[in-house]
Amino acid sequence: MTPILNFLIPTTDACRRSGPQDKIVFSSRVRLARNLRGAPFPGHAKKVDRVKAFDQLMPAVSRLPQAAPDPYAESMDKPTAQEKQILVERHLISREHATKTAGSGLVLNQEETLSIMVNEEDHLRMQSLLPGLQLHLAWKAIDEVDTCLQEQVEFAFHPQYGFLTACPTNLGTGIRVSAMLHLPGLVLAEQINQIIQAVSKLGLAVRGLYGEGTQALGNIFQISNQQTLGESEQEIVERLNKVVLQVIDHEEDARISQLEKRPNVLFNQIGRAYGILSHAHTISSNETMNLLSLLRLGVDLGLFPGTPRTLVDELFLLSQPAHLQLGRVEKLDADHRDVVRAEMLRQRVKGVSTPDHTKTTAKTESI
Amino acid sequence: MQCQVCKKAQAKVHYTQIHENQMKKVDLCDACAKENGINDPASFALTEIVLGLGASKKLEDGGGAPGNAGSEVTCIHCGFTSADLKKSGRLGCSECYGTFAEALESLLKNMHKGTQHRGKVPPNARRAIDLEARILQLESELKAAISREDFESAAQFRDAIKVARQPGAPV
Repeated sequence: MTPILNFLIPTTDACRRSGPQDKIVFSSRVRLARNLRGAPFPGHAKKVDRVKAFDQLMPAVSRLPQAAPDPYAESMDKPTAQEKQILVERHLISREHATKTAGSGLVLNQEETLSIMVNEEDHLRMQSLLPGLQLHLAWKAIDEVDTCLQEQVEFAFHPQYGFLTACPTNLGTGIRVSAMLHLPGLVLAEQINQIIQAVSKLGLAVRGLYGEGTQALGNIFQISNQQTLGESEQEIVERLNKVVLQVIDHEEDARISQLEKRPNVLFNQIGRAYGILSHAHTISSNETMNLLSLLRLGVDLGLFPGTPRTLVDELFLLSQPAHLQLGRVEKLDADHRDVVRAEMLRQRVKGVSTPDHTKTTAKTESI
Repeated sequence: MQCQVCKKAQAKVHYTQIHENQMKKVDLCDACAKENGINDPASFALTEIVLGLGASKKLEDGGGAPGNAGSEVTCIHCGFTSADLKKSGRLGCSECYGTFAEALESLLKNMHKGTQHRGKVPPNARRAIDLEARILQLESELKAAISREDFESAAQFRDAIKVARQPGAPV
């Protein structure tokens, strides 16, 4: 196996990590954008300048105590296109960074909780990624990394504008705080648009699974701050945390009300999702995402006793194109991929008992 | 109605911006609107840049010919131009924030909660900011001392300022 595939945690173990509120919150992420003082930003830099920044930053970043022990630290011309796609699907690099080659780099710690991109849109994009709702902890972790780096390199900073970034939308704190949520209840109750509007009014953005400009497949939504200047990092983290807690409450309420008002609709959808996932012979990525979301809801409602939520989370990951391609020599085209995906799902869902709506635990305890 | 940029074609796009109780109106023809990205609802930020940099300037100047390169600003540190900024919405280097300060001002006001950084400050910058604040404080005390004709204190403040301004001065 190649270095990066060898380095990454196997999907089963990666999905088994748990955190607070992880029934509704997949993950919490805080990223900081930083640039070297006096050097042109990567997008405008000539190759020599980019390499100079790379040569200065890579050793400093890979020697960070927070990245130890033995982090992955490589130039972006090392991983293949497919391997970069694997990293995107695991949210360890941005889609933009996946297009980068020599002159850009990646440093990743073994737990995959710390990922630092060198020469993305900014000289440094550093992110802390934790399972469940742990925004404060994620901020604390990346703040420490940043403080540590500031002792070794001088970042571009302006007394009024704060940390200077290539795009003015990141100016000031350079912080992007985001939480990835699973909200099937709000979608089924047709309340999701109200929630999105309310959240947008607070200056926060709601996006799909893979960030900017992506669709909200599988009822998965990402909530993040848009403003980075004029507020402290703590204020931004706290506000986002409050909003996420409120959305969680609304999601719980929506699930209970759907179960009370339209149990047949709910059980029908979950039952059909199970039927298709366990019997299809060709299935698209989009359909898979939406059906897996219903399967996950079924697990949450207690319809599949003995099936852990982590199994569904692993299927979300294994259904992505680059993960399906893993371990195969021949290059899969879209049609072939749909067949392979269905095969993988049939095999994995085989072990899941048929849904039993009488088993729902939802009414007696909190779902 | 005539287009305010090219002064030739008929204006078909009427853009109104209300900012801090001031209303600015721009009337453009299809071609000039397209050129400035105003007919694309997805590029809201881009229109801000256009209005900050190009259109409003041209309008205030009484309107030169379109594409008049006289208003083109270039960053002396990295060669980034206001046209690059308009096109990409990004900047070339950290010095660009000084170069394009005027154009960025209104853009940042609309984009962010405020225009004064309130977050983390690196140790070096913290020292510089503290020093700046200390000098300002001393200067106002110096002024006060002079106005009450307390020249002895004034001399002390003057010396303190001199010391503070020396490179490597303790804060």
